[in-house]
Amino acid sequence: MMSAGLKSKWAYLAVAALLAFLILVPFDWFLGRYTTLMIFIGIYAIVTVGLCLLMGYTGQVSLGQAAFFGIGAYMSAILSKTYGVNPWLAMFIAAVMTGAFAYIIGYPIFRLRGNYLAMATLGLGLIVWVLFRELSHFTGGPDGMAGIPYLSLGGFVFDSAFRRYFLVWFFCMAVLLISQNIVRSRTGRALRAIHGSEAASESIGINVAQFKVKILVLSAVYASIAGSLFVHHLRFVSPQPFDFLASVKLVVMAVIGGLASVWGAIFGAGATRILSDEILLRFGQWDIIIYGLILMLVMIFMPEGLFVKLKEVFNRLRLRYRQKGAES
Amino acid sequence: MSADQFLQYLVSGVTQGSIYGLIGLGFTIIYAVTKIINFAQGEFVMLGGLLSFTLAHSAGLPLAPALIVAVIIASLIGAFMYLLAIRTAKSASVVSLIIITIGAAIFIRGIAGELWGVDAVRPPYFSGSTSLSFLGAYIHPQALWIIGTTVVVTIILHLFLTYTMVGKALKACAINPVASSMVGVNPKIMALIAFVMAAAIGGIGGVVMAPFTLTAYNVGVMLGLKGFVAAAIGGFKSPLAAVFGGLLLGIVESLAVAANWGPFTSAYKDAIALIVLMLILLVRSGKLAEEERTG
Amino acid sequence: MRNYLKYAVVLTLLAALLALGGISCSGSEEGATPTPAATEKPAYKVGALFSITGANSNLGLPEKETVDMMVEKINAAGGVNGHPLELIFYDTETDPAKCATLATRLIEQDNVLAIIGPTGSPESLAIIETVTTAKIPLISCAANIGIVTPVSERYWVFKTPQADKEVAAEILRYMQAKGITKVAIITDTNAFGAGGRTVLKRDAVNYGITIVDDQTFASEDTSMQSQLTHIKGTDAQAVICWSTDKPAAIVAQDMKTLQMTIPLFCSHGIANAAFITNAGAAANGVIFPAGKLLVVNEVPATDPQKDVLTQYKADYETKYAGKKASTFGGHAYDSLSMVVIALGKIQEGLTTAATRQAVRDQVEKIQNFVGISGVFTMSATDHLGMQPGSLALIKIVDGKWTWLQQ
Repeated sequence: MMSAGLKSKWAYLAVAALLAFLILVPFDWFLGRYTTLMIFIGIYAIVTVGLCLLMGYTGQVSLGQAAFFGIGAYMSAILSKTYGVNPWLAMFIAAVMTGAFAYIIGYPIFRLRGNYLAMATLGLGLIVWVLFRELSHFTGGPDGMAGIPYLSLGGFVFDSAFRRYFLVWFFCMAVLLISQNIVRSRTGRALRAIHGSEAASESIGINVAQFKVKILVLSAVYASIAGSLFVHHLRFVSPQPFDFLASVKLVVMAVIGGLASVWGAIFGAGATRILSDEILLRFGQWDIIIYGLILMLVMIFMPEGLFVKLKEVFNRLRLRYRQKGAES
Repeated sequence: MSADQFLQYLVSGVTQGSIYGLIGLGFTIIYAVTKIINFAQGEFVMLGGLLSFTLAHSAGLPLAPALIVAVIIASLIGAFMYLLAIRTAKSASVVSLIIITIGAAIFIRGIAGELWGVDAVRPPYFSGSTSLSFLGAYIHPQALWIIGTTVVVTIILHLFLTYTMVGKALKACAINPVASSMVGVNPKIMALIAFVMAAAIGGIGGVVMAPFTLTAYNVGVMLGLKGFVAAAIGGFKSPLAAVFGGLLLGIVESLAVAANWGPFTSAYKDAIALIVLMLILLVRSGKLAEEERTG
Repeated sequence: MRNYLKYAVVLTLLAALLALGGISCSGSEEGATPTPAATEKPAYKVGALFSITGANSNLGLPEKETVDMMVEKINAAGGVNGHPLELIFYDTETDPAKCATLATRLIEQDNVLAIIGPTGSPESLAIIETVTTAKIPLISCAANIGIVTPVSERYWVFKTPQADKEVAAEILRYMQAKGITKVAIITDTNAFGAGGRTVLKRDAVNYGITIVDDQTFASEDTSMQSQLTHIKGTDAQAVICWSTDKPAAIVAQDMKTLQMTIPLFCSHGIANAAFITNAGAAANGVIFPAGKLLVVNEVPATDPQKDVLTQYKADYETKYAGKKASTFGGHAYDSLSMVVIALGKIQEGLTTAATRQAVRDQVEKIQNFVGISGVFTMSATDHLGMQPGSLALIKIVDGKWTWLQQ
């Protein structure tokens, strides 16, 4: 359940520290060697924020979020490479089309009660993935498409990891702040009411289906933007990163980070990517065994997610200091 | 399309559908009792198959004991999974528990990959591989075993849930866990039983289908997916509905290949089957909603 | 009092972050083996990207096992010109995006001199940009000819497995000689199968053959009976199945179940023992082209590949007891061997960038390298370089591979 969060001074401090950290990361004297890793974390965090909102507020599991991620990716790729459309325009068009698609399928999906949503999102993800694979004339088929252009602003081309890092995290921060605003706004309150009780919300005049569709559309737009950033970084697109397992990984990221707060998305995306892309690299085939084990352990001991746990730890430390302060 | 061909498509569809339905049963049991979508269900099937291979082929046990031991081991793994992973999570939300099952699935898959390697294997057929002719269509004897097992398991499950105390307790827990705990049904024990049963059924599915479908450490993902769809169509409510959902999925997939309609070649069969099934769901839920309003 | 505490915490946080950065900067490079003693020559580092988990794991694992075996052997014999050979391996998990990240890691953090692999075509295609920009040679073990063509855009990229075109040609040529004019194809929807399908659909007509049915299946499908039922309803005289061994075994079994009597031809994707074990009796009569490794006993002593094949098979099956050598491992053998040959010829003491250039140049100059997949002669216009005659048309008889001499 998403909480609005209090505007404590610690919250501001934490955001400031995070921003400072993020700005310093890509420099070689700091954590520059992890720039590419951080780019992926940023991209996946954007998708995860949308998924957090969707799952946090509708209380259901979406097993097809990779579909929106993929649609954004492929549309950006096809428009900018095959049709020579300006990549920014392509990204915009992709986001609009993905959002529209989510809107159209949103109403029928939310008519399906309960666990049919999981099934519907699963079906959606699979169908879209089959289309990516089979419409090979447009998508390049299972081999994918290479040679996607870089993004550029005027003469400034985002052709180095350093530049793309800032681009991606700019979008990521923007998405986070927008989402945090939504959470605090009337829409957020309406969504929390819906999560508490759909019947009660209906009775006070909230159009439950409409809000759910709005959240679906928003999550789809976020995922689409992330998809566009993804292909302009990799300069390659194929169906593989958008299959069923990818949707599952996104759900894992969202829950590990914590569905209670949009900031959890960074932790979820960060923790899972760091684990699979850095820590487990040298384990050979044991990488998936350890990954599964860690996943289970994290969820057993931190069921609310990393972000909530970190807040808990921080608050406990703060209380201890306060007690010591009171005693002295 | 000739009548023979149509019958053949049906036979193939029913065979596949039985496989999906059997896996769907496992999903349904766990979901009904605990509201958890068990992402490791496919892995139980995989384990059943690989274990039966090792016991029957490598260790040279006679067939029947090998199968029984394989199913028992799979059930035990299901029990361990519940006790070590799910129960220790105490009051975690359903979503968190689902992630635990995902972690368990990945873990089990990885261990299987280490133990059995990455190649596909085939346990011995139960009764040979000479195909049988049936009104112009051919069916593999193992396929008959699969369909037969699905029927038998479904009937036994149905009888169990309806007529035995434990079965009725499980149903009660599924319908209303709070109320049933008030009359003495321990939800934790029920959950354990559900996991063991689902693992056992998964294992049974695995041992009977592995000679036909081959098995390997990574078959759990796709099988689990299809079984989940089967259970979802059945509404996660009853074993009969799950098997029905599975049969529907299998038959529609087969007919989608038969149709070969324009650009929608057999490559689209999975997508077509899902679209058809989701439309059915939509229509049904529309009718359900109407019943709720007028009834 | 609380204000000071707040500032203290903030300062400590910042200090910690900077310290972290400082430590990570001066930290040692991640490498597979510890750096050798000062008196030894520096190691030659080669990057290896294979999929040992995920969909291609049964191709990637023999590839990794082969290169591990080779590195051991080479280092035991004193390395390359006295330089120990250090292999840095990462599992790409059959994921092109992950592969791209790992390639960047190999290039920028591990400072390898060349990269061998990846196992699959999408993964290879995904990193062409990366290796071209970074100016490092890549010798792929994947099928798609697009990996090395157009060669003007593939200055840094080479590959060792046969082109699908040649594999298809073997099958189609044989069919033409036997008077077959109508075939049905059934292919996997993954990159490997799709590649074969494209080639078959394009080239069949050159051999007077019409494709009367074009069926596909997903790699993890458990039955292809529906597709085969459709094929049965056509007048196809033979079936060509283009996939790896597991689905092909199911196709073979299903054809037997449906009592289809027309012959089954497969691609080189079934070139491992698992196909025969899994298809059982249905494997007999299946014809497919593959490297001569599978029929090494029938290879005449006059064939330049005979010794290399025999040695590789013996080494692999000794080190990995219970496993059989496969042509997939052979692709990795060829890739690494070529890199080693190149490393043996380059000047010592060059910068990393210059060494990478030198290795690439030497690989391109390779002439008549006798490998497992075939005999290779690279050139500026051909980065596959496989000489004709590297494929053997194999028929499975009584559960064994036999060479169909033409």
